Amino acid sequence: MKKMIMGLAVAATLGVTSIAATGIAFAAEKLKVGFIYIGPPGDFGWTYQHDQGRKEMEKVLGDQVETTFLESVPEGADAERSIERLARAGNKLIFTTSFGYMDSTIKVAQKFPNVKFEHATGYKTAENVSVYNSRFYEGRYVQGVIAAKMSKAGVAGYIGSFPIPEVVQGINAFMLGAQSVNPDFKVKVIWANSWFDPGKEADAAKALVDQGVDIITQHTDSTAPMQVASERKIKAFGQASDMIKFGPETQLTSIVDNWGPYYIERAKAVIDGSWKSHNVFEGMKEGLVVMAPYTNMPDDVKKLAEETQAKITSGELKPFTGPLKKQDGSEWLKAGETADDKTILSMNFYVAGVDDKLPN
Amino acid sequence: MRLELVRRPQHSALFSALSPFIALFLTLIAGAILFTILGKNPLAALYSYFVEPLTEVWSIHELLIKAAPLILIAVGLSVCFLSNNWNIGAEGQFIAGGIAGSILPIVFPDFQGWYVLPLMLLLGMAGGAAYATIPAFLKVRFNTNEILTSLMLVYVAQLFLDWLVRGPWRNPQGYNFPETIQFNASAILPEIWTASGRAHWGFILAVLAAFAVWFTLSRTLSGFEIKVFGRSARAGRFAGFSAGKLTFFAFLISGALAGLAGIAEVSGAVGQLRTSISPGYGFTAIIVAFLGRLNPLGIVAAGLVLALTYLGGEAAQISLGVSEKSARIFQGIMLFFILASDTLIYYRIRIVSRLGDAAAKGA
Repeated sequence: MKKMIMGLAVAATLGVTSIAATGIAFAAEKLKVGFIYIGPPGDFGWTYQHDQGRKEMEKVLGDQVETTFLESVPEGADAERSIERLARAGNKLIFTTSFGYMDSTIKVAQKFPNVKFEHATGYKTAENVSVYNSRFYEGRYVQGVIAAKMSKAGVAGYIGSFPIPEVVQGINAFMLGAQSVNPDFKVKVIWANSWFDPGKEADAAKALVDQGVDIITQHTDSTAPMQVASERKIKAFGQASDMIKFGPETQLTSIVDNWGPYYIERAKAVIDGSWKSHNVFEGMKEGLVVMAPYTNMPDDVKKLAEETQAKITSGELKPFTGPLKKQDGSEWLKAGETADDKTILSMNFYVAGVDDKLPN
Repeated sequence: MRLELVRRPQHSALFSALSPFIALFLTLIAGAILFTILGKNPLAALYSYFVEPLTEVWSIHELLIKAAPLILIAVGLSVCFLSNNWNIGAEGQFIAGGIAGSILPIVFPDFQGWYVLPLMLLLGMAGGAAYATIPAFLKVRFNTNEILTSLMLVYVAQLFLDWLVRGPWRNPQGYNFPETIQFNASAILPEIWTASGRAHWGFILAVLAAFAVWFTLSRTLSGFEIKVFGRSARAGRFAGFSAGKLTFFAFLISGALAGLAGIAEVSGAVGQLRTSISPGYGFTAIIVAFLGRLNPLGIVAAGLVLALTYLGGEAAQISLGVSEKSARIFQGIMLFFILASDTLIYYRIRIVSRLGDAAAKGA
């Protein structure tokens, strides 16, 4: 047995050395790009879309890039190790695709000044760390408009993940979109306290339906709420990806996170040496936020949704424009005033009309 | 037909010693089959699992970081499990320790000096121990099932941490994201050898704790009490030992070590409090405790092995492109073989046929 183990060990060492050798040969020509995912690529939501972006990059840039990813990486101490591992494995461009990776990304970036890092949805940048974020709330506004048109009960259910600014932006924009059609529209919120937990998300959806909502929208990453909505024969909005397969007669539309073009642009920038650290916050206009086809709705609603989308894309309509009041009745924006990005990115209050108390 | 485990009258000393190696060998074979089915080179897969994480110094540092909380918690749990106290809530005590120890750097960030860190560690231990006395008290006073109470208190601790980090302790400059401020330099557990990696003193604490508990268990009267009660509570009572005192003692030790692990992780590896500070260390440590056969020194080895499989799983994702799920399956296979080999040393399998049952009843 001893001999056998020794034999195995020797064989293993040889086998891997040859693999490593070919790896080095390729590295000279290809840009290695690494990705850190918060969930599994099969979530059909947030991580799925980042993975689609990665695949699109591979398809468009072909031989110029080689990509690797680590999935379901917990935020905190594990993230730092995973990011460092990608850096040590020769990746010269690393995308860390969840807010909670922010400080880990910054720490690893200090150790690897020659590696470029791109962190999604955070706010800390460095010489070799960029931040990219998407104005998902623009899509939420369109959804609010549709919800107010489609709902008979006048109440929509909203499944939130965590009460962080990105999610609060979405709830407020949804509310404002709905109020533009029906000033008395209500939104009920349930927090799943998870980005990806099909069981909890389904329970939240059921509880909302039982409370009388007839439209469901979600800011969590699984398809469970869409499936519950299908069973209960009400309408719903998808999240992060086009979830029409999971609710062919249920999905009204979905906000599709379209990361591919950004990933390709940044990889190209590294290849031609023009990469520079930046902090971008882009939306419909730049193509980061895409709406899935408007389905399961009458033509007049579809037309209104398309018009709203066009106005946001052109910049004519900004969802957070005064006069607006906060939930507690205090004035937030004066007539004609629009919220600046800093306020949007740190939003921690509801606008008037949301039927929930923001956990604080 | 059904299977029964029958205790062997004697167990073979030779096989006891060989058991981990037999398990490893079976794991290697099963793993090779698994990876071959996945279409990967099995030898390369096993290499990236067990060898690659050990080939680089930085990676060994990471191994120590990952192993430290597992060992600290599991060593404490061994005291509980040996004395028949089923503390399943180490995860909660870990969090309680993390919170208690963080009071100084978060609430009093200007309080700085060499004494801050020792105070934080003590507070962490006190926090974990205090949290563990709740199930101990309920058990001694009301005869409540400690498995349930300690487990449920995990969720209480998790939600309390979540509330703290979103509410009163949230970093005012942090764009409202749920994180506390970064700890100041005097509140950070130092790295052991900064030049080569980021492993911190948590691992040294873990080894020290393992030796201390090993000494207590094998060389002192309290250790003897613990073992007697674990084997037979009745015998313990006849010997004049107090069951209630022992329950408190076991939970206090276990809670204090879990709390120490919590503050060491927060202060050494993370540097701030977040809504979640543990990817389930408190639960994984239960596996580590049994993998180490409830022997504190065995637990050090077991903690390192389990940490290795985490790092190995990551290495395999990168070098082979296997998914995180197959990495986990492989980890499961290994645990299965190790625990099965151990079990089969003490027990043998007897096949009881229905016919035999009926005959036995008839007779």
